[in-house]
Amino acid sequence: MSNSFPSPFEIEGPEGVEGWEDLYPYSSSFSDYRKDYEDNRFWFWDSMHWGKALTPWDATFMEAALASLSQMNSRHYRIPPADGVDFRILYGYAFLSPVGVDPSQIEARVPQFMERAGHYFGNWDDLYDSWLGKVKTTIADIESIDFNPLPEMEDLEVITSGSALGSGGKLMSEYNRFRDLIMHAWQYHFEFLNLGYAAYLDFFGFCKEAFPSIPDLGIAKMVAGVEVDLFRPNEELKALAQKAVDLGIARNFDDPNNVSLDGDAGAQWHAAWDEAKDPWFNFTSGNGFYHFDKIWVENPDIPYTFIKDYIARIEAGEDISRPIEAIREERDRVVSEYRDLLGSDEDREAFDGKLGLARVVFPYVENHNFYIEHWTMSVVWRKLKELGATLAKDGLLNSADDLLFIRRDEVNEVLWDYYANWAVNAPTASAAHWAPIIEKRRAIHAKLDAWQAPKALGAPPEVITEPFTIMLWGITSESVNNWLGSDEGAENELTGMAASPGMVEGIARIVHNPDEVNDLQQGEILVAPITAPSWAPVFPKIQACVTDIGGMMSHAAIVCREYGVPAVTGTGFGTDKIKTGDRIRVDGSSGKVTIL
Amino acid sequence: MCESCPIVDWEKELPTVRSFAARKVDASMTEHIVWFDRYDHEHKPFVGGKNASLGEMMMAELPVPPGFAVTTVAYEQMWQNEGLVHEINDLLRSIDHDDHAGNRKISNEIRAKIEAVPVPDDVAADVREAYAALCKHCGVDDLPVAVRSSATAEDLPDASFAGQQDTYLWIQGADAVIEHMRQCWSSIFTDRAIAYRHSMGYLHQAIAMSVGVQKMIDPISSGVAFTLNPTNGDRSQVAIDASWGLGEAVVSGEVTPDNFLVDKVLREVIKREISDKGVEYTLTDGGTVEKLEITGDRRTTPAVTDEDLTAIAILARRAEKHYGCPQDVEWALDKHLPAGENVVMLQSRPETVWSQKPKTSVTSGGYDAMSSIVSTLVSPLHKKSS
Repeated sequence: MSNSFPSPFEIEGPEGVEGWEDLYPYSSSFSDYRKDYEDNRFWFWDSMHWGKALTPWDATFMEAALASLSQMNSRHYRIPPADGVDFRILYGYAFLSPVGVDPSQIEARVPQFMERAGHYFGNWDDLYDSWLGKVKTTIADIESIDFNPLPEMEDLEVITSGSALGSGGKLMSEYNRFRDLIMHAWQYHFEFLNLGYAAYLDFFGFCKEAFPSIPDLGIAKMVAGVEVDLFRPNEELKALAQKAVDLGIARNFDDPNNVSLDGDAGAQWHAAWDEAKDPWFNFTSGNGFYHFDKIWVENPDIPYTFIKDYIARIEAGEDISRPIEAIREERDRVVSEYRDLLGSDEDREAFDGKLGLARVVFPYVENHNFYIEHWTMSVVWRKLKELGATLAKDGLLNSADDLLFIRRDEVNEVLWDYYANWAVNAPTASAAHWAPIIEKRRAIHAKLDAWQAPKALGAPPEVITEPFTIMLWGITSESVNNWLGSDEGAENELTGMAASPGMVEGIARIVHNPDEVNDLQQGEILVAPITAPSWAPVFPKIQACVTDIGGMMSHAAIVCREYGVPAVTGTGFGTDKIKTGDRIRVDGSSGKVTIL
Repeated sequence: MCESCPIVDWEKELPTVRSFAARKVDASMTEHIVWFDRYDHEHKPFVGGKNASLGEMMMAELPVPPGFAVTTVAYEQMWQNEGLVHEINDLLRSIDHDDHAGNRKISNEIRAKIEAVPVPDDVAADVREAYAALCKHCGVDDLPVAVRSSATAEDLPDASFAGQQDTYLWIQGADAVIEHMRQCWSSIFTDRAIAYRHSMGYLHQAIAMSVGVQKMIDPISSGVAFTLNPTNGDRSQVAIDASWGLGEAVVSGEVTPDNFLVDKVLREVIKREISDKGVEYTLTDGGTVEKLEITGDRRTTPAVTDEDLTAIAILARRAEKHYGCPQDVEWALDKHLPAGENVVMLQSRPETVWSQKPKTSVTSGGYDAMSSIVSTLVSPLHKKSS
């Protein structure tokens, strides 16, 4: 077994992708200028968030997310041992590398961290309320961005008010405002997240010490919220399914691609839909990071399909409501039993304190995902598509989605061309200039997308200690060793994280992308690179879930625990080794998956 | 005779033996029978450790098979027989503690003498009556019972060793119960018990014997449960061993039991090791215990279901909660009770290995949220959790 992954400088990409680096900012590429630094680091492919080759705009949000995460660690809160998570794009794929703090500097950062993080922990509820306000304002601001085509003639008001500032300049400002607001949203995303993880980790570490074999699930159960915004879209679907049954229009959903809502009952149902959809159906079928993710409000056939399934279950006499009271009682029982089993009153005091703090921070950890990845990003992608449509309509681009292949900074040049020639009232150059470039970039991107990226690059550190890497990505010294030794493992066995307990055997179905989710049959086992929270409606159908990547805080783990489905996450190679139709055994208590 | 051990002079100490009942009972205890389900702590000196623990388990609402204790008051009556006392003292005096074979012979003679003396009429009548009531309660004539010795010794920490413990299984009929009760009484004078008391410097008469009579259960499977993970002391788990039939096959080492770890709090089976179980001890139609070969799939079929394991874990936890410390529990699945409520508990005693380690607190000093978070962030988390 080798103890190192290949150097990023040794990787041979797919054929015929020369010039692929032009799709991304030069700062995100491996380069000779930084070779010493880059070659001495460990990089892992974050297939959990970025499993597909990135287009230039997909890359934009990856970079915004990683820079924001890093900034909070390094410059805001001074997390003592952890600076940021560095990022590079190699042949279209996102590789990350946690940056530790020089051990000699850690101590000096402790008082800084105590003061800064202490302020947040001490004022968490107020700050979280204000966070919700900020995020909603940001979303409203993005909605308000005006990407309409430039007018033939300015409104009279521009004249009478004496403003002199025209629509062309405003469009460029609006584009800059769009980029600023995206950066705001991503900074808000990480404003609390790492602190939330830190408090959770502290309780987690305490539990592991007090109860060396406590499953992660036991800890999660004590902390998890009872009413969680991330589960709200699914709850709204159930209510709409019930409404359809009550109104006697259940049959109208038999074909989710062709749902008729005529008549009184239909109108009543539609009113309920309208009320629920904003914000709850700004929910994506993926993780929000990709231009192709499908958003429920824009693709009603997706929620309609789930509603159809729920209707069938209601009609079969099943109670599909979420048993809030039972969930609350179970949580209280688990807490009091662990508490009773502690060795001393001192331990009980620490347990109460840590659990209390973990519960204060946890709503944020669970909910931020809905507000940023789902709601904000739904609006962001919608706006970007609006801009593409405007540019295509006025002949700057040949098609609206050409915009996806123009880097964010290059867009400024297109907008200048648009503005200047609108002003002059003369032909623009953009369509002709970009046509060959975009054609080439599309071809390169298709080849990159068909390529299999390596799991990791460079030499892993002896031990992986960066807390967020362990917590969010589930990357530990053990999992890295697993990747290194993957060729030597038993052919029919996979190990991952015991994310949700229970042991079942069943038929596997590989789901590579969200469009395949609805192929899942009752009683099958879902095997996916990673799952999205919006797949929740299929969880009642499946027997178990296996993912390639993801830690205890991954969305897959959270949703599996909520639905009581056995799950093994972070197997590394689940979707490679298992084939649809294989009979497999999933042991969510020990983290083992066996192909039978 | 061993010159160095005046403490074994039975005769010299005899007055103490005779006044035993008066001394300990302070006349308030005259009962020959104490039913397990009416046990309370005042009975403890008269029913011995084993019976007290069964009574205590009933107080904790643990599903113990029904039965009763024949108290030490009944046992003491035997020593009203002065002739018997003298004969036994003569025999004890003749013991040479270095002559193991000779001692076994003397031990056998003492036991034979005790077993030859008729049980006092009032004691025998009370035992017959209690046994009949037990048969009626269970709806079975000549109910098979276990007859167990339950030694008591107020001042000795290890009454069970000092008294040794004989157990007779599948005893049927009042006559047989009385006969085996007498064997339990005489088991105070097994050669091992005599030698043990000698080596520890204990008086023979410091021990008194109560006898337990308990409905015999006919187990599908049986085993033990520790209310912690024996590999790391984790108190949130229960380790459960299980094999087919009676526990004898495991005790004798003929079978490696299935081994499970069950999470007490989440009530999930965390780990299972199913072994190849070659033999089992079961009850035959003739009322005797028999060793049988296990064949086919049953050898490697788990001796308990996940539902059984959860039920055992919940009961073991209940015992632990009641006693306030980790327990080592014997359990069985009774063939004659409906599935789902067929787990019975035979014994619960303090777990000794982890309980003797000094209790370590996870926290050191006062709790401070921020410093604790800092140390969590700075120390390698995965080391803590592996």
